[in-house]
Amino acid sequence: MKMNALWLRANLIKAVRNFFWERGFLEVETPALIPANAPEEYINPVHTLPSWQLQTSPEICMKRLLCSGHKKIFQISHCWRSNERGSRHLSEFTMLEWYRADCDYHTLMGDCEELLQYISICCLPKNGCFMHNSSKIDPFIPWQRISVQEAFSRFGQADVWDCLRKGLYEEILVSVIEPALAQFDSPVILLDYPAELAALARTKSDDNEIAERFELYLGGLELANGFSELTDPLEQRKRFEKANIVRSNSGQAALPLPEPFIKALETMPTSAGIAMGVDRLVMLTAGASSIDEIVTFIPEDL
Amino acid sequence: MYTVADLKKGLKIILDGDPYLVVAFDFVKPGKGQALYRTKMRNMVNGTLLDRTYRSGETFDPASLEERQMEYLYKEGEHYTFMDQQTYEQVVMEEETLGEAKNYLLENLKVEVMLFGEKAIGISLPNFVNLRVTGTEPWAKGDTSGNDSKPATVETGYVLRVPPFIEEGELIVIDTRNGEYSTRVKG
Repeated sequence: MKMNALWLRANLIKAVRNFFWERGFLEVETPALIPANAPEEYINPVHTLPSWQLQTSPEICMKRLLCSGHKKIFQISHCWRSNERGSRHLSEFTMLEWYRADCDYHTLMGDCEELLQYISICCLPKNGCFMHNSSKIDPFIPWQRISVQEAFSRFGQADVWDCLRKGLYEEILVSVIEPALAQFDSPVILLDYPAELAALARTKSDDNEIAERFELYLGGLELANGFSELTDPLEQRKRFEKANIVRSNSGQAALPLPEPFIKALETMPTSAGIAMGVDRLVMLTAGASSIDEIVTFIPEDL
Repeated sequence: MYTVADLKKGLKIILDGDPYLVVAFDFVKPGKGQALYRTKMRNMVNGTLLDRTYRSGETFDPASLEERQMEYLYKEGEHYTFMDQQTYEQVVMEEETLGEAKNYLLENLKVEVMLFGEKAIGISLPNFVNLRVTGTEPWAKGDTSGNDSKPATVETGYVLRVPPFIEEGELIVIDTRNGEYSTRVKG
């Protein structure tokens, strides 16, 4: 990592901390080594001690803190996902997560706008724009909000439900939608995902086919994933079991359920939470095209 | 057998019966979805580029390519014949497959022939070859026109620019990597 990228990264993390401290969030540290993550179809934890895993996200423990009465919390922590390595992926990476009680996903979208504008002021040179590949992204011009359904029909002339049925969702998203989002010179929020794509999100009160989930894109790069939290323990258990069935059907080992978390949901307030990739945020601030450019060491060099 | 996760730049695989070289590779995983692998590959027979996206679980056979030293024998029309001097086995290559390499092929030149199974798909030449000049204008002594090179034809029929002092019948060294005159063979 170049000297200036190291400074930029440190400054950015300091700015993120300041942002949340100034807004009354409590900075927390939760254990990275846990007996169970939230089982997901396509995320594989790194296993360590017999029957323990490294966190794929600090969500389980942070949501339990909401259940015990904390209203606004944030954490910057390392997360591990097995076999994920590419120009935007590392198996070990840095995640920023924040959670708010008594809010829904719209509040988080507002937080994202304020946070990126704050980072632009603290960390970016004159023009205040984030960079990805050849795109410049200005966080101060009005942000685009596009539903997933609309994005598929507008950019891909396709029906998202149809794509899901045919198993083409990811291909269309990567080859058509993300390049289209890269054309915007403002950040873009994709929102309202098909319910099956949001294992821990609440569905809309007037439409149980749509989940209150959103993803933030800058220059076509996926930066954050947030949602209104599902607080129904029975429904949550059903979804975890469903994820494990998908895993078993595709030859992946089923994962243990995080029982204390499911139990804690009984007391979980209405809330919303979001995960943002810190490495990708540094990439956008540094204008780096590969994650390798903004970390101290890559696994291949260890 | 490779799985898609084993692919990386520089790896050679078989696709639709042809050998391909992986020239770019990336792992992508959109929003908690399934992992996808985006690849760019070059067909090692005809040079065309191919973009393909794969899901995890796809498998590929490695393209085993063999480089063997052979001697260039002769050409007949557009067919060039090479022979392995150990086994006396002969292979034939089309002019199109050889590309620029045909400019330096003089009988008995030793080259590395790239074989995909039985099929010859390319050759690597020595970096420098010696070829005799078969035709060029004589050097007009006292020429002050300022031209510091002139065209010359060598024994393979290849035409290149050489310095004005090179005479017909001389042996010159040509750099096969860029096709340019390198130096004159003294004596």
